[in-house]
Amino acid sequence: MSSQSDIPAYLQAQNSTLKDTWATYLGRVRGGDMGPLPAVIGLIVLVILFSVLRPVFFTPLNFANFFTQAAVVAVLAMGIVFVLLLGEIDLSAGVTSGVAGSLLAVTMARNGLSWYVALALALVVGLLIGLFIGVLVAKVGIPSFVVTLALFLAFQGLVLVIIGEGGNVRVTDPVILAIENSNMPIWLGWTLYAVMVLGYLLAALNGRRRRLVRGFSGTPLSVILIKVAVIAVVGFATVWVLSLERSTNPEVNPLSGVPIIIPIIAVIALVFGFVLERTKFGRHVYAVGGNVEAARRAGIRIQQVRIAVFAICSTTAAFAGVVAASRAASVDPNAGRFIVLSAIAAAVIGGTSLFGGRGRIYDALIGAAVVAVIDNGMGLLGYSAGVKLMITGGVLMLAAGADALSRKRSTSTGR
Amino acid sequence: MTTSPILEVRQVTKSFGAVDVLKGIDFEVIPGTVTALVGDNGAGKSTLIKGLAGIQPFDSGEVTFEGVKVNLNEPRDAADLGIEVVYQDLALCDNLDIVQNMFLGREVKRGIPLDEADMESRAGETLKSLSVRTVKSLRQKVSSLSGGQRQTVAIARAVLWNNKVVILDEPTAALGVAQTEQVLNLVRRLGEQGLGVVIISHNLQDVFEVADYIYVLYLGTMVVRLKREDTNPSEVVEYITGGKTNNAGSNGDLV
Ligand SMILES: Nc1ncnc2c1ncn2[C@@H]1O[C@H](COP(=O)(O)OP(=O)(O)OP(=O)(O)O)[C@@H](O)[C@H]1O
Ligand SMILES: [Mg+2]
Repeated sequence: MSSQSDIPAYLQAQNSTLKDTWATYLGRVRGGDMGPLPAVIGLIVLVILFSVLRPVFFTPLNFANFFTQAAVVAVLAMGIVFVLLLGEIDLSAGVTSGVAGSLLAVTMARNGLSWYVALALALVVGLLIGLFIGVLVAKVGIPSFVVTLALFLAFQGLVLVIIGEGGNVRVTDPVILAIENSNMPIWLGWTLYAVMVLGYLLAALNGRRRRLVRGFSGTPLSVILIKVAVIAVVGFATVWVLSLERSTNPEVNPLSGVPIIIPIIAVIALVFGFVLERTKFGRHVYAVGGNVEAARRAGIRIQQVRIAVFAICSTTAAFAGVVAASRAASVDPNAGRFIVLSAIAAAVIGGTSLFGGRGRIYDALIGAAVVAVIDNGMGLLGYSAGVKLMITGGVLMLAAGADALSRKRSTSTGR
Repeated sequence: MTTSPILEVRQVTKSFGAVDVLKGIDFEVIPGTVTALVGDNGAGKSTLIKGLAGIQPFDSGEVTFEGVKVNLNEPRDAADLGIEVVYQDLALCDNLDIVQNMFLGREVKRGIPLDEADMESRAGETLKSLSVRTVKSLRQKVSSLSGGQRQTVAIARAVLWNNKVVILDEPTAALGVAQTEQVLNLVRRLGEQGLGVVIISHNLQDVFEVADYIYVLYLGTMVVRLKREDTNPSEVVEYITGGKTNNAGSNGDLV
């Protein structure tokens, strides 16, 4: 080290060992930037708790159910992360999913549209809703809270109008139903698993190599290997359990394989994660959420970023509506009404700040898992929907409180 | 100095309603020198700077850059010429790291994804060329930096983009002794690198430490332009407070 003392610290090797990396991480956590850590711990505690209280919680069947149950909230939460990163909010995301889902169901059932036309229509309507919100917020200057609260009411009405007096609309298209109700062949699950682990390993090694070429210290090999090992083990356990026969009546109705919704969510998460962390647009989202004035002076087009973010959120919400329609195999007049708070809760529990500028897509997935575990576990324990709603509300409050406190702490420690 | 000015301002005016804030100002910046702009609160210093930054265009008058008459109607005009203003506050995103802040709005890409390694190495080189030593890691969040370090990042950002004129509005106002010293060193080094540097400050000690030329604004009028070695703090104070005006006997050489 002493021979390097004339080189500034920032040009010397950083985090080049496992120990350094760990120390840096600990420092971040102490400074209030805990990321998804509380959510991961909470998830583990909840899983243990429910498994002890209700052994049926820890069965392959319930494990698979858990994913399909979490899917709608997870998709919605990933869209909402974009909006939260700007320090904005979209209270209408849930009912937007309702509008999209009911449009999908109605146009297929009553107008005979094929699934891909109906799906495209639902997504385009979501996009238009997002552009509309974005323009009202960015150009007209109405606070997003007010715009989306107004739409929250208006779209409940719109869902009623779309569905009509009839009540429920059934979804019968096999492709749409497959989204939430079908499983992949066992071999495909294992193939995707291998692709994912290898892909992660290669991407990490490639990133490291690019930094080494520049003379920087890359992520230490040991850190990469530990991460890959964790992913490989968790992934293996997941695919293995989901490949077991889980039907209650295997002779009549065999059931096994990884639910199709899992790779769908993984693809969305990868794409969104790439957009947020590796592209110019994503960088600008964080900048606008962190300090609008600084972003403006840096020449970033604030209004365009705002509009784009709402467009992404609402389009994602529309897809969440399609997933919900697939899961229920029908759409009812309440579509999407309650889901938005669960999705916001998922994002915030996962470590996304309501104040903007902090949060990641993958964290939203962990948050969604927490919300779904509470929902699933309490359902098994026999609690009513009312109690579950109250608990989810309480957890959201808790997460928002932790968010506010960590922000306070990071201002006071200067981190 | 034999070099001709890179930035010349002639007879610019600015009024807000009935209030004339700038009453026909002359001002010039010579490359490779540090020019201080001093004056009491409300004298019009920030207004002059905002005009040069294109944030608040002047009402009348003429600005020439490298001998060519230019229009500064929006921030982009100033940025395109290579005029960068470093503001005391609001200039950095706390939630981003040093590299991300230095390249904000001008990110380097490799195809679609960002080229983080390239940005990091260029940021490191720039900080090194400014002999910055106190920063620990380029990947530190800006929120974890001290006031002086933040100022350093903001200034380095201006240097990174090959700007020709860097204007600093009260860069040391909130800093302690050691950090002020760091920033002043940096200001001096910008001058040595051949840039035209303008610094606004209420602290005459700082001004005398770095400036080659000192302009004094008094209620919207440029009273005097002094060479640092021909003057002293108490004379400058007299000009600032209006106790002395630029009459024939003065050693000022207002253009
Ligand atoms: N947008 C505005 N509208 C009306 N008056 C303004 C505006 N901006 C500045 N002024 C006035 O112009 C005068 C000069 O202001 P300016 O900010 O340029 O002063 P300054 O020299 O930078 O002072 P300080 O040292 O306090 O920063 C002040 O009297 C101020 O009230
Ligand atoms: Mg001022």
